[in-house]
Amino acid sequence: MSALEQTPPPFFRRGPAPLAVLIFYAALSVALFVLDMRFHALGLLRQGISIVTDPLQRMAQSPLRLASDGMDYFRTINALREDNRAHQAARLRAAPDLARLAQLEAENAHLRRLLALRERDRVSGQAASILYAARDPFSRRVYLDKGMQHGLRQGQPVIDDAGIIGQVTQVFPFSAEVTLLTDKDQAVPVQILRTGQRSVTFGLGNGQMELRHMPVNADVEVGDELVTSGLDGIYPSGFPVATVTQVERDSAYAFARILVVPRAAVESHGMVMALDYRPDMEPRPPEAKENAGQNAPVPRRRTRAGRAANP
Amino acid sequence: MNASPQTVRILRPARPWFILISLLLALFLNLLPTRQWVFMPDWVMLALCFWSMREWRIFGMGYAFSLGLVMDVANGAALGQHALAYVLLHYAAASLSRRILQFPLKQQSLHVLPLFFGVTAVQILIRLVAGSDFPGWREFISPLVAALLWMPVAFLLIAPQYRPDERDDNRPI
Repeated sequence: MSALEQTPPPFFRRGPAPLAVLIFYAALSVALFVLDMRFHALGLLRQGISIVTDPLQRMAQSPLRLASDGMDYFRTINALREDNRAHQAARLRAAPDLARLAQLEAENAHLRRLLALRERDRVSGQAASILYAARDPFSRRVYLDKGMQHGLRQGQPVIDDAGIIGQVTQVFPFSAEVTLLTDKDQAVPVQILRTGQRSVTFGLGNGQMELRHMPVNADVEVGDELVTSGLDGIYPSGFPVATVTQVERDSAYAFARILVVPRAAVESHGMVMALDYRPDMEPRPPEAKENAGQNAPVPRRRTRAGRAANP
Repeated sequence: MNASPQTVRILRPARPWFILISLLLALFLNLLPTRQWVFMPDWVMLALCFWSMREWRIFGMGYAFSLGLVMDVANGAALGQHALAYVLLHYAAASLSRRILQFPLKQQSLHVLPLFFGVTAVQILIRLVAGSDFPGWREFISPLVAALLWMPVAFLLIAPQYRPDERDDNRPI
């Protein structure tokens, strides 16, 4: 710069050199990337930009929505009757269980009181529908049509009619981002229904999940049901999570390789429910307090809760 | 502005509002629920490449950066992932524009193909560095399709600059 004795006249001005601009913006991008991926510190910026993109997103979804609404309108009355009959049959099948539920709950509460155990929390929720799936090929996320304005908060578990589908990881003013169970390294503390053994499932990022850290001789069979254990204090206990589909025991490794698939229709669109479940717990487990600075207020990946849940 | 040997006509300058509208339209096309189709091109990348080649004086790198951020938020990607790729694309396209624009549209699409591959590769590389899994070679189908679409898209975007100087009521376009 100092080599130039005189500046060019203003009508030839082209701004700073393109390479300098490139380096500035590339460095800014990388800085944002690191801040976002490593420290999850850019929620506010994301929320700000989402105010611009959200209406566009909704507009872009509307053709699909219109098409599906139109299809609904032109469904024949026969199909509706069929649907109605199926629902009635399903309700009838569930009726005995429902009738016994009240009695069982009373009995359970009574037994728990006798055993001096804490009573189970009742769970309520808020229905929402999935707007669209994220286009990002590296992650498994969907967006709900409700957000901060409707009272959704970060960390809420999200279920559909068959089981857990994921957790709210980011709340925007009018929408919310749900990280699915199948997202890479998304952890859920579970319990094997048949044996009562506790473990943690981790998403693999390809539509499957895996039970990690189970010894080779662990009592796990293909077809075992996994339900949430509730040890983490985020997911309420007893919700179906997944079914074991494959167990590989190789004595060369310390752990068995156990693949599970989610019970809920995790990667399809539909209605879901965000649960308001917040038991009275300490904000952090005691051993996590000393390195509290590293953790976000709501642990996103929740490997720490996972490790604590592992027997 | 850029008269290539094939075109003897001098183009009219691009209108800023047309650039803006074409970019918004590209963004809208990107947000359509077409995630399942691997062959869907990144429309923003196409439009951005075109304008950074033709009009890098008006369409600066800051626009590429902000569009990248918007795409990041809209896609649920990591912030800065698209921004970095688009900024690099803008630089490459603007600095190669003198050479690429000498060719007819058909050969231009061969020249932009490596740029589009680069955009995908940069995004995959930065995510791999951050610890994600490799999403598969299927991701490279979409830049290929984008390069094939270069000819029609570039033709559409350049068309308004071919307008004749004085309006002729008997002329169809």
